[in-house]
Amino acid sequence: MSDAYSDRGNKDRSIANPDGQGSIIPEGGGTAKPSTDTAFLAGVDMTGGYGRGADILHDCTVSVDPGEIAVIVGPNGAGKSTAMKAIFGMLHLRKGHVSLDGQDITALSPQDRVQAGMGFVPQVKNIFTSMTVEENLEMGAFIRRDDIRGTMEQVYELFPILKDKRRQPAGELSGGQRQQVAVGRALMTKPKVLMLDEPTAGVSPIVMDELFDRIIEVSRTGIPILMVEQNARQALNIADKGYVLVQGRNAFTGTGKELLADPEVRKSFLGG
Amino acid sequence: MDLLNALVALTNFVVIPAAAYGAQLALGALGVTLIYGILRFSNFAHGDTMAFGTMATILTTWGLQAAGIGLGPLPTALLALPVGILATSALLLATDRMVYRFYRAQKAAPVILVIVSMGVMFVYNGLTRFFIGVDDRTFSDGERFIVSARDFRDWSGLDEALAIKTSQLITLVTAVVVVAALFWFLNRTRTGKSMRAFSDNEDLALLSGISPERVVTVTWLLVAALATVAGTLYGLDKSFKPFTYFQLLLPIFAAAIVGGLGSPLGAIVGGFIIAFSEVAVTYPLRKIIGYLVPESLEPGGLVQLLATEYKFAVSFVILIVVLIFRPTGLFRGKSV
Repeated sequence: MSDAYSDRGNKDRSIANPDGQGSIIPEGGGTAKPSTDTAFLAGVDMTGGYGRGADILHDCTVSVDPGEIAVIVGPNGAGKSTAMKAIFGMLHLRKGHVSLDGQDITALSPQDRVQAGMGFVPQVKNIFTSMTVEENLEMGAFIRRDDIRGTMEQVYELFPILKDKRRQPAGELSGGQRQQVAVGRALMTKPKVLMLDEPTAGVSPIVMDELFDRIIEVSRTGIPILMVEQNARQALNIADKGYVLVQGRNAFTGTGKELLADPEVRKSFLGG
Repeated sequence: MDLLNALVALTNFVVIPAAAYGAQLALGALGVTLIYGILRFSNFAHGDTMAFGTMATILTTWGLQAAGIGLGPLPTALLALPVGILATSALLLATDRMVYRFYRAQKAAPVILVIVSMGVMFVYNGLTRFFIGVDDRTFSDGERFIVSARDFRDWSGLDEALAIKTSQLITLVTAVVVVAALFWFLNRTRTGKSMRAFSDNEDLALLSGISPERVVTVTWLLVAALATVAGTLYGLDKSFKPFTYFQLLLPIFAAAIVGGLGSPLGAIVGGFIIAFSEVAVTYPLRKIIGYLVPESLEPGGLVQLLATEYKFAVSFVILIVVLIFRPTGLFRGKSV
């Protein structure tokens, strides 16, 4: 149905909650198997798309090791976020596999991947806006049954502004502060790997620099970070590994410096 | 001019009944708002859920009365309340497993769930009537008044009397206790916070390891308790008739929307706003005005702004005004 009236009932906010239901299917998921991949987190030869639609990723490979920051860059519609979602289990892979810490986790659902040690920060709707900063962090640690105060202190040390605002609803914070809450929430599970989907989207350049500094600090604690970025030049500056995707394929791969120096990459993505 | 008498008459005929009615609506609206926030649809079966819970409580009350067990001055129904809540919880959870879970798994659009809840409403409707019939039932026992009209008149020496029914006081006390417990649960406990998180952002809640099925189950349990308490209090205060409970749906929805769907605090405030407007508009104010103005200005008519038969129009008008001028409700719920 595509006529003007087909969705009319759902637009009546007095009976239908505009938030609708979540997009992640909670059921399903298999078990993890041992993997032979050498990288700590790797998505290898990933091919697939959303639902029954056409493939968006074609043999795409991304990996990251402890202490590293890996950045996925590329033009609009290159499948950067899709690659990230594929690694996180939010779309069905037709081919390829994902491994984390010696385990093949291709069959796991997103929630099971969180349990397995993945911390994921979505690009949008990545905080609980109606809850306080502290409650956001508490919810981040929901799967943990042990004492979370130590981890919370660490997050506050990393993001001092959050400590000052911990009793304030997260929705009242500025864009940069919200991103800090989002990253802090993901860190609360003590993840083995942190995945950030465009952490600097919609923040000012000054805030962006500050966020990158914070991300480097998180990386120094030893957590491997995989990041999708729109601001390619700045992101590659801090990247140990860079992946340039074009139309769902690996176009260029190398260290951040190599890619920045590569004349072809400069010409096509970095504006000369 | 007799300010004191006017005040007593106003309290007796408007303030006390409206406060009790408001508390009942607030408890009902809390259930509606919880389902809207977490299951993301407006539950049209809520009125009949209240009726079912009340019915279960009444049947238990009769059993207790036959066995000679009572609470002395307090109504026996209070003792039967936990049984009613248990029965309603079982019904709601069974409905969720058999009906709503199917649509949840399909990620059905909210409006489909609304229509589904209408179907559930008709089933509950029949279920309640099948067990207890369609007639008016009175099941309150124990002491009828805490302050009787005559006692008050003897004590104060005023012309006007003030009476407080036991059911009215019980309603207010119970509502305060239930609401305090609910807010404590939602704001202080791990499970309560996970419910708020789920209501705020379902995907992120899932990514944080919060189990949707568990949140949904706890929600239904809370709704069962709220609906049964609200229905029983209403039945004690007035009387139990399945059709009346079905009709309560309108003021309850009005209360939830006026306060802001999805906001528990809004549901409470909305309940009282609707109740006070309904009672104030349908009560003949002639007596009260008579005390306040000189004899020459006394109104000839009843000064009843609206006949009681039209009391539902009050909820409707408030609902429409709020939807036009402040669609998110007073407390910024989720509706836009």
